[in-house]
Amino acid sequence: MDWLFFSEIGLAGIGTGGLYAVAGLAFVLIYKATRVVNMAMGELLMAGAYIFIGFSAGLALPVWISIPLTILATGLLGGVIERTIIRPMLGENAISIFMVTIGLGSVLVGLVEIFWGADPHRLVDFIPSDPIFIGEAYLSPKVGYGFAVAAVIIGLFLVVFRTWRGGVALRATAGDQAAAYSMGINVPKVFSLVWVIAAMIAAIGGILVGSIGGVSPSMGVYGLSVLVVVIIGGLDSLLGALIAGIFVGLIETYAGAYLGGEYKMLATFSLLVLILVVRPYGLFGTHEIERL
Amino acid sequence: MTSASPILDIRNIEVVYNNTIQVLRGLSLSVPRGAVVALLGSNGAGKSTTLKAISRLLELERGELKSGDIVFDGQSVQSDTPHGLVRRGLFHVMEGRRVFEDLTVEENLTAATYANDITEAKKRFELVYEYFPRLYERRDGLAGYLSGGEQQMLAIGRALIANPEIILLDEPSLGLSPLFTEEIFGIIARINNEQGTSMLLVEQNAAMAFAVADYGYIMETGKIVLDGPTELLTNDADVQEFYLGMGGHDDEEHKSFRDIKHYKRRKRWLS
Ligand SMILES: Nc1ncnc2c1ncn2[C@@H]1O[C@H](COP(=O)(O)OP(=O)(O)OP(=O)(O)O)[C@@H](O)[C@H]1O
Ligand SMILES: [Mg+2]
Repeated sequence: MDWLFFSEIGLAGIGTGGLYAVAGLAFVLIYKATRVVNMAMGELLMAGAYIFIGFSAGLALPVWISIPLTILATGLLGGVIERTIIRPMLGENAISIFMVTIGLGSVLVGLVEIFWGADPHRLVDFIPSDPIFIGEAYLSPKVGYGFAVAAVIIGLFLVVFRTWRGGVALRATAGDQAAAYSMGINVPKVFSLVWVIAAMIAAIGGILVGSIGGVSPSMGVYGLSVLVVVIIGGLDSLLGALIAGIFVGLIETYAGAYLGGEYKMLATFSLLVLILVVRPYGLFGTHEIERL
Repeated sequence: MTSASPILDIRNIEVVYNNTIQVLRGLSLSVPRGAVVALLGSNGAGKSTTLKAISRLLELERGELKSGDIVFDGQSVQSDTPHGLVRRGLFHVMEGRRVFEDLTVEENLTAATYANDITEAKKRFELVYEYFPRLYERRDGLAGYLSGGEQQMLAIGRALIANPEIILLDEPSLGLSPLFTEEIFGIIARINNEQGTSMLLVEQNAAMAFAVADYGYIMETGKIVLDGPTELLTNDADVQEFYLGMGGHDDEEHKSFRDIKHYKRRKRWLS
């Protein structure tokens, strides 16, 4: 057994997992507050990455301006999606809304292809490229910095979620919608807000994922892995998304390194099935999830 | 609006769930400003539905106001959103307390600050803790871990934060010990006295409700079958039998109020 190799793969897995955790966070946020299973999460990440290309390459703006602009623009996109597509569907059955988000994913892919074509793009290189060593183990700088940013975003989000008054409104709405209304909380506004925040988080995730592996319209497939993450963690558990994100990242990377790339998906989906058998609501999920 | 007009006026409303199940059939009642009005009725009579129609939470359950009108503070509730109504001063404390279990006691109160100007609302935390010292002791604990009685206190505390004109209270005594029930009703009376808040009180515990209410309505299968000042209702033989648990036998308890229509007629002539 080569322990150095083993730990290097482990580090890479945690790095990948950090990004899953960020995307999972965005997904769970929407599900928890609005009970919408957003199948377009991967496409939202993709949209964020392309919008970044638009600002940084298209308009040739410096990276430090492009990043906040991308976050704002993607947040706006999230708000528009909620207002025009999701809001009118509220109260319809879960399957209809589920289908609508699948449709939304295709629309986003279509839009991206109209503006940027179907070929893969590389993002402007802005992540430092000197190698990182943790002990003796080498970690790809992109994965390392990506993980650091992911960790900061998650930490920031959790602090805001706990301390800001809007966080209380959000958690109240997630806990009991009718009761939230009865407090005078503007529940539709909370829904919009949730989509805006989730889209902003997705934008950051998209920029990071795109910087590591490049972007293409098929990047939405990434959403499939994110779906596995949140189902394992429990659709309505933020903590679950974070832990399952790291977990899936590790499993995937180890399977890829020791068994071969084609076993990645097999490993994660086997894990998914196994966990669903033992814990139908995921590791940390609480509520009954509507059968789709 | 003159102060003589009622704070809440329900005119002949019909409510239907899922476009099929009619629950309210021409119900009318009104709450004078500053008064406590009790609404009694057996299980399934439509009491909670009445309150949900007023606060417009009905629509969340596919219920619909088919006809009639509900006027709060001189304006129809139909032109408002549920949260908009709360901001206008109508607060519905729902059946079963509905505290946010994953939030702390204090966060539950914070959730109610959206009904009001935030600085105004912040000042009222002290008031809540003064009415309910127990909530102060447990302010940092999760609401889900409170006892049923403490959760009811929290539910009423949230209403106090919002500083409403009227509180709709749905069965505050539900599942509470007699001692706790008495404490809660004592506070309901105090809030009415000291804050001048009007109340529409739905109860199964008629004795308690009549102790604090000025006026009572009794409903059955979707409409009012009897109403009057509480002193009159308290002394009424049928009300005593069916709602105050005096006289009569247990096995007769499910006898319907419709059996005593003669009483209602007499009552109409008298008033
Ligand atoms: N969301 C709903 N959809 C369909 N029917 C409903 C709904 N809510 C209540 N009902 C029906 O309406 C009737 C009245 O219900 P409601 O809850 O208003 O009664 P209640 O007087 O509050 O009873 P309780 O004293 O048991 O609380 C019942 O027959 C109930 O089954
Ligand atoms: Mg009820």
